[in-house]
Amino acid sequence: MMLWLGFSLISLVILNGALNVVKSDDLVHTVFWLALTLLGTAALFVHLDAEFLAAVQVLLYTGGVVTLMLFGVMLTRRVSEVRIVHGTANKVRAIASALAVFGAIVLAVVRDKQTAHAVATDLADTEALGIMVFQDMVLPFELLSLLLLAAMVGAIALARKVDPS
Amino acid sequence: MNEIFAHPPGLAAYLILAAMLFCIGLYGVFSRKNTLAILISIELMANAVNINFVAFSRFSGDLTGQAFALFSIALTVAEVIIGIAIVILMYRAHKSIDADATTEMSG
Repeated sequence: MMLWLGFSLISLVILNGALNVVKSDDLVHTVFWLALTLLGTAALFVHLDAEFLAAVQVLLYTGGVVTLMLFGVMLTRRVSEVRIVHGTANKVRAIASALAVFGAIVLAVVRDKQTAHAVATDLADTEALGIMVFQDMVLPFELLSLLLLAAMVGAIALARKVDPS
Repeated sequence: MNEIFAHPPGLAAYLILAAMLFCIGLYGVFSRKNTLAILISIELMANAVNINFVAFSRFSGDLTGQAFALFSIALTVAEVIIGIAIVILMYRAHKSIDADATTEMSG
């Protein structure tokens, strides 16, 4: 019962935040609603016994991505245009497509027998996760660091001002 | 109804929550015109996928799902870095970041 209470509260925070992300007219508000959604997800990770991931979520997403997004918003808008122009023409089609995808996923989840019979299992702690990442998955880990380096170099190369001379 | 709430939330509850989050993000991608708003909606969808990874990990008793979620978070950060660089470039070229503003390639 307590688990249901926690799950419902966290779901409420996440879904409310997400709905406001796609509804809000102000881009800065959108970014802050995204921050709330990501924090709610961090809470859900704690609820799901993934404390380390919750910490990573707060540090990388709410700390890094949201800050980056705010920089992006401030660098790309003039003071006069604070509001986002909505594409009202395709709103109905957007809702229909999203609902169709949702229906397909729910149908797949409900009909799957393995999902219905899955039981929550106690997980090993963060130490085991560290051993897994740095021993079994060390190659993907190194590739990922290479990717992040490439992304950083690429972002600097893309966004730097080209000298006209 | 009481029978459902007698047990703690099962895997299906988390998967359906993630599906809702994913579809809200999908709606945002379809309905927004501002490129940054589209990028933010993609973040929502990536977040839904991470919830799925962690939920599967919890319900299979295997940490691989959590390790994958970790990699997925780092991948999303790389994606955001490049995405924002492109948006800034687009603003410099068009003085606007509406997805409709880029029409050079349309026939």
